[in-house]
Amino acid sequence: MSDTAYVQLLDLAAGVFLLAAVLMLWRRELASIIRLFAAQGAALAALVAILGVHQQHPELLGVAAGVLALRAGLLPYLMRRALAASGEARETQPLVNVAASLLTAATLTLLAYAVSRPLVALAPSPATQAIPVGITVVLIGLFVLATRRRALSQVVGLLLVDNGITAVAFLATAGVPLTVELGVSLDVLLAVLVLLVLTARMRIAFGATDLDELRELHD
Amino acid sequence: MSTTTLLLIAPMALPAATAALHAAAGWRRTAWAGVVSAAGLLVVGAALAATEPVTAFGGLLRADALTAFMLIVIGAVAVVATWTGPAYLRAETTAGHATDRTATRYGVLVQAFLATMCLAVLAGNLGVLWVAVEATTITTAFLVGHRATRSAVEAAWKYVVICSVGITVAFLGVVITHYAAQHGQVPAGQSLDLAALASTSSLDPGVMRIAVALLVVGFGTKAGLVPLHAWLPDAHSQAPAPVSALMSGVLLSVAFYAVLRVKAIADTALGTGFTRTLLLIAGLASLALAASLLIGQRDYKRMLAYSSIEHMGLLAIGAAIGSRLAIAAVLLHILGHGLAKSVLFCGAGHILHTTGSSHIDAIRGLATRAPVLAGAFAAGVLGLIGLPPFALFASELGIARAGFDAGLGWAVAAAFTLVLVIAAALLTHTGRMLLGPPPDAGVAAVALPRSATVPLVLGLLACAVIGVAAGPLTDLLADAATVVGTR
Repeated sequence: MSDTAYVQLLDLAAGVFLLAAVLMLWRRELASIIRLFAAQGAALAALVAILGVHQQHPELLGVAAGVLALRAGLLPYLMRRALAASGEARETQPLVNVAASLLTAATLTLLAYAVSRPLVALAPSPATQAIPVGITVVLIGLFVLATRRRALSQVVGLLLVDNGITAVAFLATAGVPLTVELGVSLDVLLAVLVLLVLTARMRIAFGATDLDELRELHD
Repeated sequence: MSTTTLLLIAPMALPAATAALHAAAGWRRTAWAGVVSAAGLLVVGAALAATEPVTAFGGLLRADALTAFMLIVIGAVAVVATWTGPAYLRAETTAGHATDRTATRYGVLVQAFLATMCLAVLAGNLGVLWVAVEATTITTAFLVGHRATRSAVEAAWKYVVICSVGITVAFLGVVITHYAAQHGQVPAGQSLDLAALASTSSLDPGVMRIAVALLVVGFGTKAGLVPLHAWLPDAHSQAPAPVSALMSGVLLSVAFYAVLRVKAIADTALGTGFTRTLLLIAGLASLALAASLLIGQRDYKRMLAYSSIEHMGLLAIGAAIGSRLAIAAVLLHILGHGLAKSVLFCGAGHILHTTGSSHIDAIRGLATRAPVLAGAFAAGVLGLIGLPPFALFASELGIARAGFDAGLGWAVAAAFTLVLVIAAALLTHTGRMLLGPPPDAGVAAVALPRSATVPLVLGLLACAVIGVAAGPLTDLLADAATVVGTR
């Protein structure tokens, strides 16, 4: 792969990765949010594959396949099943409306570029220059967690944060060591399973998965 | 396989085997095995304390004096908690909150929880440490939601979401540390090795500042430090009492142990100032929050939970001081708090079963209704507020002295003013529960079975004995303090 093609492909993948996160703020149907999440997982896998080809690390291609299977396959599948079981299609009332959410996303992007300057300065390269994109997705994920009121939306927010961090890991260092990577993926999968089981229990106990219903415990 | 490798695997293998036993033969017939496994952890901890630092699996597992000490803490608190387990679950079953099936699940999950905590303290690698701390969230999620009531589900949801977010933030810190290590002079293949990272000054300070802040906030979430503490009172008040004992007594400390390891790395890379500022802010804020919410507290399990936030705040201040004396005092505090708090939470479980209410106001004259239980609870609270002869007296004194030596007298003064306020609040609430005439005079005195009282008395005795004479622990504390302490 030539250097120009590498940079263009890398930027394309990073762009799709970021765009998917921003579009999630725009959509309200949980089903389309899950589709966007799957698209983002695919973009992340592509990103890893591009890095693998460029750095001539064949094992990164295997990792990319794993990322694709987990983040564009298994996790969206689990969430779709939970969604079908719940019968609640829409995010009812996010605390912040769509226009304000999109403006916030723009602000978060600027913030991410500001805070990640030391990270880029340590070893400037096309890959590390895309680190702020990963940080932006982390921040957008935290924003989703703070403002969405459906249990399933919060799971998506948590996974967005995780996708962003995974992107930073691959852009900065071509990933953390493989043993750790496996442990992390397993933990994410288990945490999502736990949250989905809790969502089901919440529906039995409260009759809905609106988090505003959670107010039994307070001081 | 060599003996040292066996010693390093045993703390995970022992609970795993016990969990398998529970799953295969059912909890009812194998409940005793939990105590055996917990006592086994104590023995392994003592054995590791007697050896030089050892590693296995290419540095993925590592044990030094600090690890050995933390294993002893886990073992000691686990003995109290697992010993209380059978009596607690019997009462739950009588009250219709548990069945044989949920009891078995409880037994399996508690052992899995112990195994993940042991993995966290045995990790020789920042990544493995992270995975283990995240795994503790997963194993405890269903323990918190054990009762499947509305409030239990709510507590479990908040617990998993807030802790996962916090710990994910810490993972970003791990990633950035790895990045800094790859561009510093860390030997290839050891870029997440705790010992290698703590002994190199070649990490880029600008990058490490971001990484350390993320790691301290992330692991601090799991340790119940402000600002991400909101899960703690809910989870601790809803979990079954022995699980609350384990969570408050050791899980918080295990997360705090992760903060100590991060501090060792940060002190070499950035000097002591950066983490000191972070920890002082988090510690003082946690103490202030605990004090303000304890004064008007109406629920005794939440009261104990906020007291845990207080003690984590004190640990943060001790770690901020950072001298060897301060770290030794912090470690002693971890052990003393673990023992006292586990006795209190287990006692609170029995009080809940005896009286049927978790409201402080609903409980009057416990001293006449259940004298042994009331006595243990009172002694536990006295230990918790740091009266001699309990270990917390010695450790708080140590933290205060180290603070004045390090020129942080103002922080220590502020912290101990808040500690005094909290002590007054705890004494008032406890006094209202224990003293006075019982609400209805006709109720007969309740005698707890011996299996319920023995662990409480043992825990209190241990806490008092360590406070008077630490004995062989003194050397271990000194060794462990050199691992993270400066000067």
